[in-house]
Amino acid sequence: MRSDPGFYDYWPYHERPRLTWPNGARVAFWVAPNIEFYELNPPANPHRKAWPQPSPAVPGYSIRDYGNRVGHMRQMALLDKYGIRGSISLSTALCDHHPEIIELCRERNWEFFSHGIYNTRYTYGMSAEQEREMIRDSMETIYRHTEQKCAGYLAPALSHSEETLDLFAEVGTELFGDEGGFYTCDLFHDDQPTPINLRSGKRFVSIPYSLEMNDTIAYVVNKVEPRRYGQMLRENFDRLYQEGAENGTVMCIPTHNYQVSCPHRLRAFEEALEYITGHSDVWVTTGREIAEFYLENHYDDARADIAVKNGSAQQEAAQS
Amino acid sequence: MSDLEPLGPEHLQYPERHYGMDHSHYSWQMLTEREPVHWQQGKLALWVNVSLQYFPLNQRGLPFPPAGGMTMPYPDLRHYSLRDYGNRVGIYRILRALDKYGVKPTFAINGDLVQRTPYLMDMLRERGDEVIAHGWNMDTPHYGGQSKGLEKEWISRTLGSLRKASGQAITGWLSPGKTHSENTPALLAEQGVEYFCDWVNDDMPYRFHTDSGALWAMPLSTELEDQFILRNNLHSETSYAEQIEDACRFLLAEAQDQGGRILALNIHPWMLGQPHRIAYLERVLEFITAQQGVFSAPANALLKECAQPVAEPA
Repeated sequence: MRSDPGFYDYWPYHERPRLTWPNGARVAFWVAPNIEFYELNPPANPHRKAWPQPSPAVPGYSIRDYGNRVGHMRQMALLDKYGIRGSISLSTALCDHHPEIIELCRERNWEFFSHGIYNTRYTYGMSAEQEREMIRDSMETIYRHTEQKCAGYLAPALSHSEETLDLFAEVGTELFGDEGGFYTCDLFHDDQPTPINLRSGKRFVSIPYSLEMNDTIAYVVNKVEPRRYGQMLRENFDRLYQEGAENGTVMCIPTHNYQVSCPHRLRAFEEALEYITGHSDVWVTTGREIAEFYLENHYDDARADIAVKNGSAQQEAAQS
Repeated sequence: MSDLEPLGPEHLQYPERHYGMDHSHYSWQMLTEREPVHWQQGKLALWVNVSLQYFPLNQRGLPFPPAGGMTMPYPDLRHYSLRDYGNRVGIYRILRALDKYGVKPTFAINGDLVQRTPYLMDMLRERGDEVIAHGWNMDTPHYGGQSKGLEKEWISRTLGSLRKASGQAITGWLSPGKTHSENTPALLAEQGVEYFCDWVNDDMPYRFHTDSGALWAMPLSTELEDQFILRNNLHSETSYAEQIEDACRFLLAEAQDQGGRILALNIHPWMLGQPHRIAYLERVLEFITAQQGVFSAPANALLKECAQPVAEPA
């Protein structure tokens, strides 16, 4: 085990090279609906329990099924209303279980990225070969059902190994060359995209996905009241928009149809979407488009600046 | 490298990865794909279920303790008596509030309460509101791996007690903690239950298959329960009221073009029946019943309409 995963170098959030977005936007804004399938009776992973009760765990399973049966159409209608294309963090087995949902999102030109096969299959304990096979299966499944070359990854149930990002990037290259496997949502260290260090040296970025704005983290873990969640979203945006006038930022709202689409929570979410998209200098986009734009226009400057900042810090440390 | 215990090949095998659900209890169908329901009395049905519960002091907590149950070393008098408060004091405040706003509730009752609170049972019998079986008590959960014979016995004892006490057929069921064994739905169907309120995967009733015939799954939101919002999430009473009102607004709007909806509120006298909370129940009932298109009905009346859908009004 390592004390530091080594994915990125320290890079102070001031005096960075100016990050600009298309049409002079201050904030790149994206919504990432997690469209997930949880199994009623998954094989037991010795490192993490899928459910608190012995199978059938009706409470947890049934509310997640609500997300697909009821919630999805509600969130999709809202995103349509505010001109937002979702960037789907997909349990890719859902392509088999619920192809109707996949088709509705495909028609809308939403992005699909990999969130593993099922959200009840954890990476913990997988060998590198197993994890590689699982990732490959997920990316191939997305391609087979949507013809999209999967660009992004969010590990299933945020369960990782030390090699997760390397494996994802490598499988992406094997399948799709530079057009696949080039961004991750697994890291929460920054409000701008950042270059990620991989063993392959592949050009690969972390795109801010925000654990804090994640509805499940807010509602289930932090037990936030719905209207306060709406307020948090607006305040998160306000500051990123303000700072974005100096140096571009990214705001993401990660959602789950079994949380945000409940009847008592949609109002707060809608008010936030209306507020955010009501601002002029917002690039309403997808995770893939942010990553592509960044790789094309900012990645090299960022790498150079990170090297300078770390180089001068190391020099100072050596002289003292 | 990881030194975690390795996973066997079954972790990359997916025997249920196919169209539809990964089980055979019900068909996969999104709510929007179903034939709309048109209630005779309006657009949005308010179904209030009052859960009358008994939490034994000598809680076994096997294989898991009930939400709201004993948490301190025996004898946990604080939780025992605070839950009992609901059946002695809270329920009478709740009844007064329901009656004030003309709400027709259901009462989900633990079978164990029949002999513990006969006065209350008699009063409910007199009122004639629909009674739903709520398991034997809060410490007799239905769970995976449970002995089928024992589970059958709990269900039978619960239904028998409540049928006798209420004089009703008792066709509805709400499991304590909404948990099941793999046999629960079939055992319920065998014993004359027609619907249960345990699966929170829909906002409208749907058909649930068992080897002993089909049941209706009635939607009874956990997310909107008083004890979930106030005790589990620790939200304020004001927020509880706002959440219910927001849900009411949303479902009423959705019902305008997608067919009838149900606003299902599961409430607990030990929670909302407290002096500092009852006004918030009154506030939400006043708000909901004042909305155009809202009507109050118990579960069996709503299911009757779902079983025999009425034509869309011209």
